[in-house]
Amino acid sequence: MPENQVLLKVDHLVKHFPVYRGVFQRQVGAVHAVDDISFDVRRGETFGLVGESGCGKTTAGRTIIQLYKATAGHIYFDDVDLTKVKGSDMRHMRRRIQMIFQDPYASLNPRMSIADIVSEPMIIHGVSRGKQARERAAELLNIVQLNPGFANRFPHEFSGGQRQRIGIARALALNPELIICDEPISALDVSIQAQIINLLEDLQKQLGLTYLFIAHDLSVVRHISSRVAVMYLGIIAELASVKDLYNNPLHPYTQALLSAVPVPNPAIEEKRQRIILEGDVPSPVNPPSGCRFRTRCPLAKEICAELVPEWREVSPDHWVACHLV
Amino acid sequence: MVSGNGRSTLLKVEDLVTRFYTPEGVVHAVNGVSFDLAEGETLGVVGESGCGKSVTMLSILQLIARPPGKIERGHAWFDGKDLLNLSTDQIRDVRGSRISMIFQDPMTSLNPVLTIEQQIAESLILHLRMNKQQARERVIELLELVGIPEAEKHLHDYPHQFSGGMRQRVMIAIALACNPQILVADEPTTALDVTIQAQIVDLVKRLRDELKMTVIWITHDLGVVARLAQRVIVMYAGFIIEEAQVKELYANPTHPYTIGLLGSLPSLTTDERKRLTAIPGLPPVLLEKPVGCPFAVRCNYAFERCQHENPPLLSIGGTHRAACWWDVQEGRPRNA
Repeated sequence: MPENQVLLKVDHLVKHFPVYRGVFQRQVGAVHAVDDISFDVRRGETFGLVGESGCGKTTAGRTIIQLYKATAGHIYFDDVDLTKVKGSDMRHMRRRIQMIFQDPYASLNPRMSIADIVSEPMIIHGVSRGKQARERAAELLNIVQLNPGFANRFPHEFSGGQRQRIGIARALALNPELIICDEPISALDVSIQAQIINLLEDLQKQLGLTYLFIAHDLSVVRHISSRVAVMYLGIIAELASVKDLYNNPLHPYTQALLSAVPVPNPAIEEKRQRIILEGDVPSPVNPPSGCRFRTRCPLAKEICAELVPEWREVSPDHWVACHLV
Repeated sequence: MVSGNGRSTLLKVEDLVTRFYTPEGVVHAVNGVSFDLAEGETLGVVGESGCGKSVTMLSILQLIARPPGKIERGHAWFDGKDLLNLSTDQIRDVRGSRISMIFQDPMTSLNPVLTIEQQIAESLILHLRMNKQQARERVIELLELVGIPEAEKHLHDYPHQFSGGMRQRVMIAIALACNPQILVADEPTTALDVTIQAQIVDLVKRLRDELKMTVIWITHDLGVVARLAQRVIVMYAGFIIEEAQVKELYANPTHPYTIGLLGSLPSLTTDERKRLTAIPGLPPVLLEKPVGCPFAVRCNYAFERCQHENPPLLSIGGTHRAACWWDVQEGRPRNA
């Protein structure tokens, strides 16, 4: 199998949420949550999607797995366009793409036992039932390093880290190829975060999984990803291999974002140059003209307000959308 | 209290014990915490959720709900008085004017039906007995101080019209209204995005230097502490388990929990990809009174003594202290 085989291809994806107002609920505008993003995820890699809250990273993930219907653009999974697949065909595709959610407290049904939660996907998809499903559930709990003896317990009996393991076991139930991890560790304590990151890395090696890893924590993304895309206000500002992006960030937003992260080392912190961005992220209902980052960009020029910067490859595999690069 | 030379001690906490009596049992939230706060210093209090870092500070200001909470014993000496023994009226004079606090979630800490001006002016009118005009002038001054442009235009705004970062600025303006001696910041940037967090940390740093304020910064983020604090206290299961100057702590972490915490953080600044040294096991259950070291069940270095004897803070050298029977560097038990 070729190394760089593309498993997921996101092609000019757009997702707008309509805004209604008034007695007649007329549409008065749209939240431009995702506005024309394109990237490839290669088989076996971890693709990091980072950005601050409201940048559209979660919407992108949910649109890819068809929890939201795309407004425009295409999502090719293994060369099949998911935006055109319907009904039972889509159900079939869903087996191959699974998701892990951020909040391990909200994403597990409190009235279902752990065994039921983990075997539910197998029953729904008709993969296995009854004793067979229970055995597989026990096996999955083992894989995520939970005691299979806990299978008859309920979610409230578990800590946040353990619940996230249950969520991972459920995602693995159908032997997926791609797992979309939507902020899988941000609700957890620091010491537990490392356990889950290590688990995800081990599973990837054992099962040959591909991850789309959505997160806001730049250190975690650097640790786990092979390539990274930085999102800002619905667009991708920069995309590169993890090495290029962190050592040689080209987009002013990436540079500011990286400099804003506090490093747990006072000796380094003392010497670090920081770019403090002014103001807040503008509203996605009415994004700025031209470059979306220009209202906060310390380097913005006239052209940035007039023209949308082109998304171009400035060096092999290093993409950026900025007039000044 | 007031020593002649060098920095004087502004706040001295001694053997603070706070418990919560809940239907599930007694929660041992703070188990004998003692520390000093020097005038002008910035103290970082670090720990994960449930370690007692917030409850410690809330207890000192008598801000825990009683019941179910109860301050079992301890002292908090401030300005010659024990804060834990003050009457409701007396502590109210201290809170907000001498010691103020900012919280994690600025949306729930601000009153949604009062304007920004009303909320900032409240303590000015209450504590400093200003009239409306004086208060308004001071409110504008404060808003400008915390970096809200065109302050006059925002006086009649409500919290929902502000973004998260701006709300936190308003909270800081409220906290600074009466020129407090101590600012207690309880995870003030946790709910904020990283670029906004950088703005707020920068702001507090600037204000601290300009106003010569003493700051206690409570957080789980070891990065923010490295940027801001001069001295750090690490808490676990209601105990202080390590205490040192900030550079010393990061260069020479001594308690296995501190070592584990630093090891479980992925690096932002290197390409090298080491497997994270996760701390095994689960966060502590506070419903049982710990026998022995509270970290022993998760500790790779634990030996027999740790199971039945809880180590006190032992001096490691200088002002660096750690509560551990095992000398990780030497690979043998500590002489104590």
